[in-house]
This record gives sequence, C-alpha cells and structure tokens, in this order.
Amino acid sequence: MSEKSRIDIDYVAKLARIELSPEERERFSAQLGQILDHFKKLSQVDVSGVEPSAHARAVFNVWREDKAESPIPPELALMNAPQKRDNQIVVPKVVDDA
Amino acid sequence: MSQIFYKTVSELSDLMDSKELSSAEITKAFIERTKSVEDKISAFISYDEDSAMKAAEASDTRRARGEKLSELDGIPVGLKDVLAVKGQPLTCASRMLENFVSPYTGTSLKMLEDAGAVFWGRLNMDEFAMGSSCENSAFKKTKNPWDTTRIPGGSSGGSAAAVAAGECAVALGSDTGGSIRQPASLCGVVGMKPTYGLVSRFGLAAFASSLDQIGPFARCVKDAAILLKAVAGHDPLDSTSVKVDIPDYPSLLREDSLKGKKIGVPREYFEASGMDAEVRASVESAIEKCKSIGAEIVEISLPHTDLAIPVYYIVATAEASSNLARYDGIRYTHRSKCAKDVVDLYFKSRAEGFGEEVKRRIILGTYVLSSGYYDAYYLRAQKVRTLIRGDFERAFESVDLICAPTSPTCAFKVGEKISDPLAMYLNDIFTINVNLAGLPGISIPCGFSKEGLPIGLQMIGKAFDEAALLSYAYAFERASGLEGRHPNI
Repeated sequence: MSEKSRIDIDYVAKLARIELSPEERERFSAQLGQILDHFKKLSQVDVSGVEPSAHARAVFNVWREDKAESPIPPELALMNAPQKRDNQIVVPKVVDDA
Repeated sequence: MSQIFYKTVSELSDLMDSKELSSAEITKAFIERTKSVEDKISAFISYDEDSAMKAAEASDTRRARGEKLSELDGIPVGLKDVLAVKGQPLTCASRMLENFVSPYTGTSLKMLEDAGAVFWGRLNMDEFAMGSSCENSAFKKTKNPWDTTRIPGGSSGGSAAAVAAGECAVALGSDTGGSIRQPASLCGVVGMKPTYGLVSRFGLAAFASSLDQIGPFARCVKDAAILLKAVAGHDPLDSTSVKVDIPDYPSLLREDSLKGKKIGVPREYFEASGMDAEVRASVESAIEKCKSIGAEIVEISLPHTDLAIPVYYIVATAEASSNLARYDGIRYTHRSKCAKDVVDLYFKSRAEGFGEEVKRRIILGTYVLSSGYYDAYYLRAQKVRTLIRGDFERAFESVDLICAPTSPTCAFKVGEKISDPLAMYLNDIFTINVNLAGLPGISIPCGFSKEGLPIGLQMIGKAFDEAALLSYAYAFERASGLEGRHPNI
C-alpha cells in the first residue's frame, strides 16, 4: 500500500463548523483515512475528455411564472425558532462593543 | 380471510366500496396492530392517533356521499420522518430537529392528502437518511420483523419494517443510494426508487440533491403502483422535477409482460466480492424464473461498477455537507445553551445536534470540496459518474431491463457493522449505481435464506418507464408464488 491517506481533521472540522471531541477527532481521522484509501481507485481511471455529471440528466435553468403567491406567514416561519421576539429571531450579539 | 392489517390497498378499497369495512375500522386495526407489535419492532418515531382517526372519519363521510377521491381514500399510509406535513413533527431521526414541526406540506404529501390517504405515523430512519441499517437514528433502533435480532436495513428501515409487520398499508420513503430498495429487500417487501425527477422533492429534507428520490413501500407490486401513481408528477416547486405524462400504473400491470423481453444480467455484479452464496443462488433462480415465463437472458457488462462506491460517497457527502449547512442552531433547529458567541453557537449546536455518522459524512464532504482537493475528488467523481451513466445507456440499447441482487447479503445482526463505516458503505454496491444514473429501480421479494430471512431481486428499468418496470416486477411476483408471506410476530 502506498502512503496512507491523512486528513487535517481540525482544519476540515473548522470549515464544517462542527466542534469535535478528542475521541471523535481520533476516530474520524482513522476512519476517514481508510475511506480515502478506498477512494484512490478513482485516480487510476482515465477521465480525459469526459464531461462531469452534476445530475443524472442535464438540468438547465428552469423558470416558473413570475407570479406573486402568499408567503408563509411570520408566525409559521418562526414557529421552530429556538428564541424569538417581535416576529424576529434572537441571536447572540454579533458586533463587538466599541 | 387475512387480517385487515395484511390486506392490500385494492382489497381494503374494495371492502370500503362494498361497505363491509369503514376507513375508521381499518385505521383502528392498523393503530391496534402498531400498538401490539411496536415494542418488538420500533418502526415509529411518533404517531398521532387522533389526527389519523379524524382523517379516517372524513374519508368515510366522503365515501358515504359517493365522493371517493381515489383508491387510496381512507388507506393508512406511513411516512418516513423526513417528509413535511404541516403541523406534524419532522425529526429526520436527529436531535437537531427533535422539536421541529413542519410549517408547510410537501408536494407529494399534498397529493396524497388530495387522494384521501390517512397519514399514519412518522417512521424511523438513519439520521438524515445516512446509513444502511437504521442504527444511526438518534431515537431508537428499528428491528427486522423477520428476526428482531437483526437490522431492517436503511435508511428507510422504519418504513420497510412497518409495512412488513402490518403497521401501515403502504409507506413512503426516500432513496439516495438504496435507502428504499435495500430495506425493502431485507424486510421482504416491495420498494421502488423512481426515475430522478418523477416525484417532487419539495417537502423532503434534502440529503444529496442530485440523487434523492421519494418512492413507495408496499406488500405487493400493485400497491406500490397505486402509491407511486398518487405522488408522481411535475411540480414547479422542484426545479429538477420533469414534465412527463403519468400513466395509470396499476391498470397497466400484465402477468405476461416479461414475455419476449431481454433481461440484462451484469457480469460485474455477480463477480463482486462479499455476495452471500444464498443471495446469489436465490437471485439466479429468480432470473431463471423470468426465463421460464418468456424472458430472454443476456449477460451484459457495466464495466465501471466497482467505482460506484467511491463516486457515490464523494458526491453524496459533498452535497450533504452543503445541504446540512442550513442546520446552524439559529433559525429552526436545536440551539446550544453553552455557546460563548455566535460563531461558537454554530460549532456547539452542530456538535450537540448531529450524530456520529452525520458528522463523519459532513467532514468527508467538506474535505472533498475543500481547496486543493476539489479536482482530485469531487470533480473526478463527477466525471466517473458520467462513465457510470454511459454503462447503463449502452446496456439499455440492447436490453429491456436489468436484473441484479438488491443487497449482497440478508439482514445482518444489530451492531454487526456499526463500528466499521467502510464495511457499511460497501453494502450499498448494487443500489447506488442506479441513483448515480438516475434510473428507476425496484426490489421485489424473490426468496428466503435457510434462516428464514428475505432476499430481494432488483429490477432496473429505463428512465421514466416506470409503467414497464412495474409490469415486469408484477409478472415476476405472480410467477414467484411468494405473495402473502408475512413475518411471524
């Protein structure tokens, strides 16, 4: 086997906005390394001149009529909000004190 | 006369037409059945008896007035807990959405409501549809009704188990890499993934958008055809849904439909390592059965088969990492109570809300999309996906359908593969190609192992030719003589 695949788990977890426990970090690194090794098969395929498929069949811009419809009312849109006030979602402060 | 809860949709509808049974009585029978077996099966995350009974009574009122909406009017239908019905919970089997209630009804569910269906229960699944055993649910482990020490398959394991155990007449699930067909196979029921674009996904919590499809579970092919007919059709709210005529699938089923048809048997599927000998023997004898009712069998090659697992687990995790970014702790999900600022809120809410497999896949998907790796993984996988699609296009130039196993093994033991994600992924070998190519596939019971575990035959058809595929499956079902077998629970 060639060099084992490694993944910079801290960097990727940061990109994914997920805090991992030390145990998760260790376990995922090992498991994902093994999975990436399995993915190496792909590097042996000749894909020169092959177009990528984003979907099973070509999907082009799809338009529907520009017609106003009644939106979901605020009380429904906010019914699952973890914290709300005055028809708005409450979040932790996002600006630093001057 | 079989018990109410094991009757088919057509039988139940006829009994309501002849006034021998009401929807209220039928619904009550399924509710009681559910209550009597749920401690063994655990197929439901939640259910709402009152709203089901109310819908049943409304159906009875319609029938009494001669205003029956469809054959599904008054029939209890189970829903995988990933589908939005206004006012009902939708958890995706995740702590992240533990208290979520849908503010709207998805298109396919609206179509079912308009057909008069009675929604019965929210069915268990692997969290966010990620898994092949239903063990990744944050709430419970569903058991296989044929052997409760074994898994029902996944991710739609609750849907498959509930239909097999007579807890609902039919059910809807979703299939991204086999999540309908594999549990159907393992639980001995019919499960179908339609062509990509046939059924609207508006109201389906997204996992991998270029692969996800909603489809039916049933105890016979005709019931699957009835349910599919009710939910198929173009929807302006899903830009990937396609404008095609929806034929009346149930009335087009023919016992002799396999006569003179060419069945392709992919060499690579039978050469794959890890296929159980009993599964192989059962599927081979099913193919012989098709031959005995007039089909011609030809060996075909799908040369890129062994690349499907890496392609699928790159494409699906990449799309999932993007789709699941919406679960941020801000708007409608679990929110951590110990975050120190707004950025920390994302990190902690997602750490607390997502289970292990979901985190693993988001990390993997984020990695394959990250700068420096995109070309080597994601773009390359998309190119190989083109080659896989090409394999099927070439095969369908010379055959009418493809037959293969649905799953390489029968249902495995609870806990057997959960600590080895790669082993779990390899289990999807026969189903994921069909999603990558966007084709319709159906799993039909074709036999039992010595231990009494169901084995499924997978039939793969041409895009948007569900009518033909269902008819082929019906012809096989008739010839197999396996109809009407139920687990002993």
